[in-house]
Amino acid sequence: MASDGGVSCLRRSEMMSVGIGGMDSPPLDVDEVHVLAVDDSLVDRIVIERLLRITSCKVTAVDSGWRALEFLGIDNENASAELDRLKVDLIITDYCMPGMTGYELLKKIKESSSFRQVPVVIMSSENVITRIDRCLEEGAEDFLLKPVKLADVKRLRNYLTRDVKLSNGNKRKLPGDSPPLTLSPDSPGSSPPPSTLSPDSSDSSSPPLSPVEIISSQLSSPIDDEDDDVLTSSPESSPSPVRRQKMRSPGLD
Amino acid sequence: MDAHVAQLQMQYRNYILSLYQQGFLDDQFTELKSLQDDGSPDFVAEVLSLFFDDCVKLVGNMARALDQTGTVDFCQVGANVHQLKGSSSSVGAKRVKGLCINFKELCEAKNYEGCVRCLQQVDIEYKTLKAKLQDMFNLEKQIVQAGGIVPQVDIN
Repeated sequence: MASDGGVSCLRRSEMMSVGIGGMDSPPLDVDEVHVLAVDDSLVDRIVIERLLRITSCKVTAVDSGWRALEFLGIDNENASAELDRLKVDLIITDYCMPGMTGYELLKKIKESSSFRQVPVVIMSSENVITRIDRCLEEGAEDFLLKPVKLADVKRLRNYLTRDVKLSNGNKRKLPGDSPPLTLSPDSPGSSPPPSTLSPDSSDSSSPPLSPVEIISSQLSSPIDDEDDDVLTSSPESSPSPVRRQKMRSPGLD
Repeated sequence: MDAHVAQLQMQYRNYILSLYQQGFLDDQFTELKSLQDDGSPDFVAEVLSLFFDDCVKLVGNMARALDQTGTVDFCQVGANVHQLKGSSSSVGAKRVKGLCINFKELCEAKNYEGCVRCLQQVDIEYKTLKAKLQDMFNLEKQIVQAGGIVPQVDIN
């Protein structure tokens, strides 16, 4: 059980090849998606870690923005040698964290030449439109409202670099062009997962797309977003009220 | 099927349903259960255990912050409430989360007596939930020991 308040990585028995700081670990399998999760709450780290692992991601979970930067080597000019081995495909971070907020972390990542192309997703328990806007304008890929559910992670997973295969009848509707992302009401991923969980998209290696490429290559969804309203009600059977965010155009015009 | 197992399973179902009906748990708990499988059979128990550890820690922090003779740092109390609200939300601890929402408002209003009362309620509530979930886990154990499978409970 991950009880370390610092870096809560994979459990020893299932320890993958992700090392902390990438020092002693062998290179990650290029086909596998590696996610860096940042959250000061241990409970939330464990949950997000599980959600990501169920969707076949390798996960490194850290408890602060500083640790995230340290892990990425952004704060260390000499870390470039490690970069070949340190593939991070997605960074998912909580917004409200002591010390460095998720927003501040986002900014630092976007300022980094090595990592600015890595999609960053912000999570927050609070539905604050100005906050969401600010993050998206700063280049966040998406904004998830907590508590995060499997369907949210599956959605992320599906538009992540490795899986973007637009012509194969991908089960998920892909986000629209400049308008906000659409939720995918009819995709299998939005129904409650069966007891044996498996990723709903097949992995195959493909050259990673930058966020810009992902956005510009997306099909427009048949279900259009009505307006620029950020809040959408969840199409799922979940009885909880408005809990999702549409992605606003992240400053791309 | 063994009558004993069937009886335990029914007991279990009814117990779980009552927890939802009485507002102890919400759909996020259902979500956590759905993340558990044969490969991670103790996932829910682990997460809940961490949550209750969190409760102890945060309630302790809040009690200390409210115990200051002199000026109470309501921001400090509020920060702890925020954390507790977050983790209770993440595990589906509906009543605890609800209390935290009230608590947050009381902090913002710098309502000292209100905060103290609310903290007491939070303390009672998480301990109650802990006991209830312990009963639930015990029932699961009994079912398994009797040779049965823990049923998936449809709460809708």
